[in-house]
Amino acid sequence: MKIMNKRKATIVAALAAAGALLLSACGGESTATDTASAPATAASGEFPTSGSGVVNLYNWTDYIDPALLEKFEAETGIEVILDTFDSNETLLAKLQSGATGYDIIMPSDYMVEQMIGLGMLQEVDVASFPNGKYIAPEFMDVYFDPGRKFTGPYMYGTTGIACNTKLEPECENIKSWKDLFTGNYPKVNALKDQVEIVSAALRATGVPASDLCTTDTAKYVAAEEMLAGFKPDVIDNDGGNERMITGQVNIRTSWNGDTHRMKMENPDIIFIYPSEGLNFWSDHMAIPVGAPNLDNAKIFINWLMDPANMAAASNFSGYNNAITGTAELMNDELKNDPGVIVPEEYKALLSPIPNCGEEARELYTQVFTTWLDSQ
Amino acid sequence: MTAVTTTPKKQAQRGRPGQSSPKLAYLPIIFLAFAIGVPLLIIVVYSFLEKPSQGTGVKWVFTLENYKALFIQEKLDGTTALDTRYIKVLWTSFYYSLLTTVVTLVLSIPVAMWIATRDARKRNLLVALVTLPFWISILIRTYGMRQIVADEGPIGKFLGIFNIEWSILYSPPATILGLIYVFLPFMILPIYASAERFDFRLAEAAYDLGAKRMTVVRRIILPSIRPGVISGIALVFIPALGSFLQSDMLGGGKTNMVANVIANNFGQARNWPFGSALAVLLIVLTLLFVLIMQGAAQRRGDKVELV
Repeated sequence: MKIMNKRKATIVAALAAAGALLLSACGGESTATDTASAPATAASGEFPTSGSGVVNLYNWTDYIDPALLEKFEAETGIEVILDTFDSNETLLAKLQSGATGYDIIMPSDYMVEQMIGLGMLQEVDVASFPNGKYIAPEFMDVYFDPGRKFTGPYMYGTTGIACNTKLEPECENIKSWKDLFTGNYPKVNALKDQVEIVSAALRATGVPASDLCTTDTAKYVAAEEMLAGFKPDVIDNDGGNERMITGQVNIRTSWNGDTHRMKMENPDIIFIYPSEGLNFWSDHMAIPVGAPNLDNAKIFINWLMDPANMAAASNFSGYNNAITGTAELMNDELKNDPGVIVPEEYKALLSPIPNCGEEARELYTQVFTTWLDSQ
Repeated sequence: MTAVTTTPKKQAQRGRPGQSSPKLAYLPIIFLAFAIGVPLLIIVVYSFLEKPSQGTGVKWVFTLENYKALFIQEKLDGTTALDTRYIKVLWTSFYYSLLTTVVTLVLSIPVAMWIATRDARKRNLLVALVTLPFWISILIRTYGMRQIVADEGPIGKFLGIFNIEWSILYSPPATILGLIYVFLPFMILPIYASAERFDFRLAEAAYDLGAKRMTVVRRIILPSIRPGVISGIALVFIPALGSFLQSDMLGGGKTNMVANVIANNFGQARNWPFGSALAVLLIVLTLLFVLIMQGAAQRRGDKVELV
């Protein structure tokens, strides 16, 4: 189960859910004790470290080690039911269309802010959790969740370009987003992510990182023109690693952690930091309003913020994380990967993934849809 | 020990043999009416509403903008222009479906005829084999297809021996191949059903009376299996028009069939009203196609009703 893509995961999750239904139908008793005992522990001021029943995790595809979830199950007695999504917008669309039953979701920074604004997340004061003390100081007072009232940090990373140097001899000539968008390369896989694609196109047309949420439509017209000739073979977020590793595609707009995992399987693959700059993003564990297993969700977030567990999560996912004390527990391959631990010379290229207001978001959607529907 | 048999008396109580109470049909009819009618109504209503500022869902304000947006694009610089993107997507879907229908038809007729001319025991086995793909989820089969048609898959490796380049995955040919593969049984089965009833002595008689091979096929066999062919065309063409999975998984997730565009509007793009308008357009076009088929069939005096 090295590479589990969304649909397979959905099937597995569906099976698990069906199984859970059967179980809960037989053992309603355990759920009852769970809800009864939880307030007691909360009242005594002790944070529960174990429970019963299930926690429904809605995560990015292939983003958490199944073995780590098994460890969680063994240590806490709570069964994890995993379902996956492939983009922040998909996550938002799913929740807004009335999907319930998720206890933990994993939105990126800008989406956390949107969701808090829409009243979709529960304020559980994550900073006060026992393992809240491990949250790295620079990730404590973040703009999207000052003081960590709603979310616990998971992974962070950047979005650049992965290239297979053996199958695509032009790799070294791809130095910028513009090179990629206008180079007419064969066998390209682009992320199906409107913020990533449109912000990269804006950067490619010379918009500075500080102005990526501009509402100047002329800039978006230019971005649209920049993307007009960009016709990837695949526009999909799921299964991209597999496609790169097996050589089905040679170039991919790619998250650095995924690229790290590709490199482990296929050393011909490199990660390119485009010269116009890259988005720096972070993903966070949040509890949606109406989560059926609130206590289990809290236990899960707290458990994963333990440095040992978070390091294991990093070792699987290939990303760095925002928990202190995990650096020394990480694999050497991860620690020494210039695609994961950003080298000094590239640090200036990183800027936070744009968190735009409604007007700019609408423009992003329009440019992205125009591009996608013109394929 | 006595065998359990239904006495004539009991049958009399239930009405004539072979007839059942119409009450038994009420539940499925109500179920179907709900499961088809209600979502259809929602889609039609949504297609005339505005998109709320936060995306997902609808704002209860009447508008015709969604239908306008199917053909006219309001550009970012404020100008408007004829938008051919969705017409192209519809045309692509139509073209893929047509190609799928023609290819499956050409492949199915000989197969169905061949099965129909076997003896009864073999026939059952062969029909079971045709339905074999249904035992496995379409998702799994499409994954399998992806491995098979991949550049480095078995076909690619085999052709590589002769230095023939093979690269169709994530391009239209892979989508069409996937469609043909999935829909082939839906063409074979109805044609077989017609062919099985065909009295092959008629073909022999035609031969005996001096008809050439092609004449027998054209004048005797094809007219006899025409109802099956028409059912097959309907069973293949219409679902193919709305297929999503093949272009998503084999075509590279680009929006090259109309269902992918609709799905994207209900997902990432979060524009339900526009997705609804596109869905309504697809339904109308499908209905038109069905009516044309039916009209054509009726003109020839076939007993075929699709609506």
